This record gives sequence, structure tokens and C-alpha cells, in this order.
Amino acid sequence: MTWIDKPKVKWAGQKSNELGLTLRDYEGGLSTLCAGCGHDSVTAAIVQAFWDLAIRPEQVIKLSGIGCSSKTPAYFLSGAHGLNSVHGRMPSVATGALAANRDLIAVGISGDGDSLSIGFGQFAHAVRRNLNVLYLIENNGVYGLTKGQFSASSDPGSKAKKGEENRAQAIDPVASAITLGGSFAARSFSGDKEQLVPLIKAGLAHPGCAVIDIISPCVTFNDHEGSTKSYAWTRAHREAANLADLVPPAKAIEASYADGQTLPIKLHDGSVIELTKLDPDYDPTDRARALQYLESHRAARQIVTGLLYIDSEQPTLNDIAGTAKKPLTEFEFDELNPGSAALAELQKHMK
Amino acid sequence: MNEPVKTTSASADGRHSPVNDFVIKIATVNGTGSASANSLLMKALFRMGIPVTGKNLFPSNIQGLPTWYEIRASRHGYNARTGRVNVMVAMNAQTYDKDLAEVSPGGYLIYDSTWPRKWATDGQDTRADIHIIGIPLAKLANENFKPARVRILMKNIAYVGALCALMNIDRDVVKGLLEETFADKPKLIESNFKAISLGYDHAREHFECPLPVRAEPMTGTEGQILIEGNDAAALGCLYAGATVGAWYPITPSTSLMDAFEIYCRKFRRDDSNGENRYCIIQAEDELAAAGMVIGANWAGARAFTPTSGPGISLMSEFIGFAYYTEIPAVFFDIQRVGPSTGMPTRTQQCDILAAAYASHGDTRHPLLLPADPTECFEFAVAAFDFAERLQTPVFVLSDLDIGMNDWMVPELTWNDEFRPDRGKVLNATQLEQLDKFYRFVDSDGDGIPYRTLPGSHPKGAYFVRGSGHNQFGGYTEDGEEYQQVVDRLLVKWETAGKLVPEARRVDCDQRTSIGVIAYGSSHGAVVEALDRLKDDGIHANYLRLRAFPFGDEVQAFLDDHETVFVVEQNRDGQMRSLLLLETRVSQEKLVSVLHYNGMPIPSDAVTRSIETHVRREAVA
Repeated sequence: MTWIDKPKVKWAGQKSNELGLTLRDYEGGLSTLCAGCGHDSVTAAIVQAFWDLAIRPEQVIKLSGIGCSSKTPAYFLSGAHGLNSVHGRMPSVATGALAANRDLIAVGISGDGDSLSIGFGQFAHAVRRNLNVLYLIENNGVYGLTKGQFSASSDPGSKAKKGEENRAQAIDPVASAITLGGSFAARSFSGDKEQLVPLIKAGLAHPGCAVIDIISPCVTFNDHEGSTKSYAWTRAHREAANLADLVPPAKAIEASYADGQTLPIKLHDGSVIELTKLDPDYDPTDRARALQYLESHRAARQIVTGLLYIDSEQPTLNDIAGTAKKPLTEFEFDELNPGSAALAELQKHMK
Repeated sequence: MNEPVKTTSASADGRHSPVNDFVIKIATVNGTGSASANSLLMKALFRMGIPVTGKNLFPSNIQGLPTWYEIRASRHGYNARTGRVNVMVAMNAQTYDKDLAEVSPGGYLIYDSTWPRKWATDGQDTRADIHIIGIPLAKLANENFKPARVRILMKNIAYVGALCALMNIDRDVVKGLLEETFADKPKLIESNFKAISLGYDHAREHFECPLPVRAEPMTGTEGQILIEGNDAAALGCLYAGATVGAWYPITPSTSLMDAFEIYCRKFRRDDSNGENRYCIIQAEDELAAAGMVIGANWAGARAFTPTSGPGISLMSEFIGFAYYTEIPAVFFDIQRVGPSTGMPTRTQQCDILAAAYASHGDTRHPLLLPADPTECFEFAVAAFDFAERLQTPVFVLSDLDIGMNDWMVPELTWNDEFRPDRGKVLNATQLEQLDKFYRFVDSDGDGIPYRTLPGSHPKGAYFVRGSGHNQFGGYTEDGEEYQQVVDRLLVKWETAGKLVPEARRVDCDQRTSIGVIAYGSSHGAVVEALDRLKDDGIHANYLRLRAFPFGDEVQAFLDDHETVFVVEQNRDGQMRSLLLLETRVSQEKLVSVLHYNGMPIPSDAVTRSIETHVRREAVA
């Protein structure tokens, strides 16, 4: 066998969540990515977020496309169904699964090659349909599995390992998601768990397509001097507009936001995404200003992070389609089949 | 099944009588409302009890290009095109020459004589072997209607009136149809019937009515309906309990999803809260449509996509994924003329090989081959059962002719006892009792493993991957582990062969070494051709393929005959190739009879091809 089950080690003093599950219960198989890969930090952040929210693993589906990032669903939530689809097509599979069973909690893991090149179309349409999925893009600006080609998110001026300079424009998934009518667009850094874990939780609570672009450096092919997706560059150039936190319904009732430093975003389930403003002028509910903010920082070669746009009122795919509240998979055959009398009646018009 | 309806009026010596045995072809310009005139005409014949089929031979265009509609009336119940035209209604000056040339000797050409035309005045290109009937349709419409749009529409209705007189089509039946169609618009009933009368009266005054080519009431349509294959397939999806449909619009498959949506709105919408027990998604392209269908089936819904050849090409990567990861999926391929964009509004049976082996690597897929709307309905239902039982993509290969034309078939029936076969799915209770679940272990020996649905139980969780995996569902690059899985898929393929509909064999009443194989929309033409060949002393047995993989009956039929004609509508003899690949038949035995100009296959051409070959072989 060439895959490895990660042993579940139990020890005294392990903390349990509301379901009595430990962090270990949210882990998956052993990662086969390079040591130091940003994606492994993202995996750890996902594990933490699901544990914190005490989500039953079997309620979750984790989907991906092809690439290093797309391998990662095997490394978390071994109690959830996973699907590693074809390159760039994770969104369509997630769309079908959520149409069939809207109660599933969907996590899509993609990369810059998977979502911004081969799968740019599917990314765009998942966003515009407001598919209820947590859509993580582990963005490293490079094709890792095929050994170091530039990706569509490589910045102009960024250098490949062998010195070649990228001159094509970069696609920014956050700006793209906003212009495509997205309802939730955020950016973070794999090296900043403090910011990332709450953002993932906010994305899970958000009813709709929660896109989080996570700068996740490739230690093997894109972590050198001259790269704009390296650990060093990202640390030096990132600027957080805000810090998000998800407050559950029970606590949200008690919260007060009188100081003006915190922006509360109320969700339908009663929970609140609290945004602590780091840039006092930033308003993540204003689409035009969000784009302007992104653009001015891009020009200054700064990487803006945080929850950069949110509209929690947008209808989701299932709202638009008018799908029943009960998952379609739970209807009995008799509720779907009109029966012989109806068929006979219909055919009266065919004579 | 659409076996010919044999009626008592067809006595042996009266076989050539043109009463209730004719083809009317109407040449018009598309976008002029001729479709309603033509369907009115066809339905009137049907209501008179005469078996009819209608073929819409239309351009890839919305307005202004030539379009034809062919109505075959056959008291014998034949439903194919013949290759003959007994009555041509030439309403399109653009195609007049061609339409004139197409009339069979002894036939009739009806034209709009409002304007004198060169051919009508100098007689230069008028054919002496046919009858020409001029009726000033435009003049009649212009004198009695306005505005311009109404005049154009009524001109077309007027030719229906003329045909009523000339061909003894019951005007009261036509009136009844108008009353049904425009039940809530009485004014339209009046104006349409006025147009009918204008054509009718003019014909009666100026010509000896009825012509020998004419209709007479009979009882050949009892228990029958007129329906398009796509409509029937949509009903099949509805009755099978499909809840998710994902698609990208493409001719000639679009009307399948349109119909599904109409039926879902009617039967699957909860009026109390507006909730839908279905979800239809118009995808961004066919790749996404395939992904959605796979995702929905993986999550436990019955999901399908209707498409055509170009869509199958785009879906091919996903099809291989579903094959290897063993996810059910139902694909309707309403075939049209390829390659590339080809002729989107013309018919062919040209995706046989593309569908049978769709995708890269070793892949093979069950194909269901409906021959008419009845089978579109039945095979649609069956396709979902097969897909879930076999955990694999299943294709229903219809075509434009079946999908978009009006066919007369026996009324569809439904057995309320039917319960879908959801295949081997472990539920939460069963999982609870299991020590450990492994996704790809063949515990029953039929090549079909057990699957679980997301959301059911943590023990059922597994990881679907298109990359190498072993029988436990784990990633592998180990050759033996890989091979074990793909070899098991072959065992499953054997199981599929026992499950899909068997081929239908009809032997003639004489010993013969000649066999004929056909499938899908070629069936009607072959049935008629076999009768004509028999009249000429050539006897052949017939096997109609209804599915791939082929069952033992296909091999037996091939073994039983020295020469087997394979009749199909593509250039390369794709089914012949598939038979060569998948049976033990020899190259020499299989003779292709091909028709691939995009028009539905005419029976005369099949008769001729087989007869010519047989006579030539006899001489040699």
C-alpha cells in the first residue's frame, strides 16, 4: 500500500469539543506534500476551525480538483466524504452535490492553477450562482506538481526559480470574486493561523460562496528571492484590513458594538461575523470601495488580507432554484413519481 | 414497441392504393408559422384514425430559411420516410425547382398561384409526369386578412384547407383541433377556420376533389399517441424519480430539459410553499453539466444531463472519471450530424463509438438504443436503474429524428408497483454494524462494490479519487493493486451485459442466410424494407440492437447468418465497427448499409441497397 493512515493517538488531557471529539478526530491521512508546504498549515487551520465549530465530520463533503492543493482534502476530516475530481472542475461537482443534498457542508479546496487557469470558468460560475461552499484557494503562484511553471496568479515581475521573469498580468481571485458578484471574498496567509482560522469559520457560517484566497508558499518552486509569493515577501508586504471572528448565536445576543472599532455582520442563523477594523476607513460591504482598496494596494505591491467583501443577504443556488428545504435525496419515490393516472391524463393532449 | 399496425383495409391486391398511404411534403420558409399549419394537418389525419408520422426537416436558423415538413400516412402503420413524395406543397419560391424535381411520378404539386411564374407560364420546366395544382393562397389571405403578419400565417393555414378538399381530410376534425388549440381565444378559432375555408372552397371550385391520393377514416390510431422522443425521455426522467438535471443548451437535446422542467413544475412543486422537489441547473458548459450530474449522483440523487455529440466530447474527461470512480450518471445523447458543429438540425447515428468508449484510458460504457419515443420513456427509466445498479455512466443514445419529430406510438403506461433499483448503497444502520467499510471490494462476485452516501455515517466516509486506487479506496501507484481494480471493472462489465435490454430478433418465415441488424431510428425503415424485399423474393431475419454491451443473442444471430447487413446512419459504419470489436464476427460477413445525409433514413434506400447487394452476390 502506498497510502498511509494517520494513527489516531489518544492521550489524557486532550481537549474535546461540544461533540466530545478531539482535534485528532478532525484530522485525515498523512500529508505527502513537501516539508514546510504552506498547504499543510492551511490543513491545520481547517482542522482547528471545524473542531472549534463542533461540526460533525459526516455532515461535511470535501472536494477538490487537481494539483498539490487538491491533494489536501485527504489530510483532514477523515470522517467526511471526499472527492478529488478532475482538474479545475471541483465547483461543478460541489454544485451537483449541494443540489442533491443542501444540508451537506461543502468545503472546496483548490489552487491557483485549478481555479484561475483551467477552472476559471467553473470558479466564476460557482461565485455568480452563490453556491453554498467554503471555497479555499491555496495560492502559491506556481505549478508545483509539474515542477515550477508560472501560474495565472503569478505577479508581473515575479521571478521563477531559474530567474525567468513573469510578464503576464496576475489574476486576483478576490477582486475577481467581487466583480463576479460574489457574496464573500477574503484573503489570508497560510503562515497566519490567527487570522486564517476565524476567517474559515466565518466562511463556513456564511450562507453562500465564501471565497478565501490563501497565499500559501511553495517551498520547493516559489520561495526564493524575487518571488512575490514567498514566505518572506508575503510577510513583508501583507496588510490586514480587518480581523474576523465568528460569534455563535448565543453569544451574539450579548455583544455590543458601540465602540465603532468592530463591524458586526449578522447572519440568518443568528450568528455574527465580527470584524475588527485595522484600517478604520475600510468597509467590506461596499463593493466599489473594496475594489478600489484592492487596486490601490496592488499598485503599491501590498497584499491586502482580511474579509474584504461580504453580502450575507444574497440568495444561494438552492434559493434561486427554489429547491425544497428538505434535501432532494430524502424524498420518497412516491413524492417524486406522479403515478399511472397522471400519465394517462397527460396523454389526453397527445391524441 | 412501435410495430406496424396492420389493418384490415390493407388487402394484398390493394397494397398500391394511395388511399391512406402517402407522403405529403410541405416546403415553407421558417418563422412563418408553418409549424402550426403542419401539425394541424398531421393531427387531423391522426384523428381520422390514419397512422401518421411527421418529420420536421428544419434549418439551423430562426427565421427566413427553407424548411420542410414531411407527413407519412400509412394504413399499414409504417413510420419511416420512404424516399417518395406523393403530394408536395411548394410554398417556398427559393426551393421550388428542387421541390418540383422531388415529386414522385404520378404525384401532385400544389403551389401558390397568386403570382404567375416563369415555369407556370412557359411550361418549360414543368414536369409532364406529375399533376400541378395552383391555388392563389397569398391572394386569398391578402383579401381576407390584415396585418401582414397575419396574412403570412393565414396563407399557411389556407393550404391546410386546400388539402382538406383535395385529400378528403375531415374539415370538422380540423375545426375541432382549432377549438382545442385556441380554447381561450375564440377570435383565433374564427380566423383560422376562415382561412381553412378559403383554401377549401377554392380547391373545391377549381379541381375535382378528392384526388385519388386521399384520406379515408379508419381505425388505426386507437390507443396511440403522437409524441416526440425528447418529451417521452423527459417523462421517463420524471417517472424514474430523477431530481437533479444539469445541462447546457444544445440542439437537438434542449427540448428534453424544457419538457422535464414543464413536467416538474406540474408535478413536483409544492403549491403550499412553492418548494420544488427538483433542481435544474443550466450549467456554464457541458463540462460543468457532467460534473454536476456526477456530484449529484455521488450525493445520492438521480441526476442526468441531456446533450448531443459536441457535449459528449466536452464531457469525456468527466465520463472517464465517473467510470473509474464508479459513480452513477445518466447521459442522454440526442445525436446530430457531426463532426464538429456539423449540421445541428439534421439527424445521424454518429456517436456510437464516441459514447461506447468515451474518455481516455480503458473505458467502456453501457449504451441504450431507443428506437422510438416509447423506448425513450422506458429506457430513460431503465437508465437510472442501470446507472445505480452498476455504479457507472449510462448513455441513452437517441437522435434528432426520434427526439424532435412527431411519432405515433402506443400510449405510454406506468406500473404503480414499480420501485427504483437504487443499487448497492449501505445505509447508516448497515454501516453501524460494519467493522470497517471499504469502497471497492467485490464481496458479491458481480464486480459491483458497495457505496455509501455523504451525510449518512462517519464509517461510510471514503475518498473518491480519479487517481490510482486500490480496492480499499486508498491511493496507490502499485501495479498489482491498480490492476486488481480495473480487472474487477471488467467483471462488472460482464454483469452489465446481463442487465441491459436484449436485442430483439424477428425471423422471417423461410430459411435464409441473410440477416439484417439495425438500431435506433433506423428501425422503421428496416421493417418496411424487409417487407418490400420479401415481396421481391428476398427473405431476411432481423435483429434490432437495443443496448451495448451485446448479449449472447447478438453473437448467435451473427453466427446464424452468412451475410449480415448492418443498417445505420453514419458514414463509417460505427455499429459495424463495434460489432467487429466486441463479438467474434468476421469482417467479410458484415455489410454496411449507410445513410448519412442528415435526413432520416428512407426505407426505399434500404430496400435498394440490400437488393442490389443480394442480386450482385447471386450473379457472382
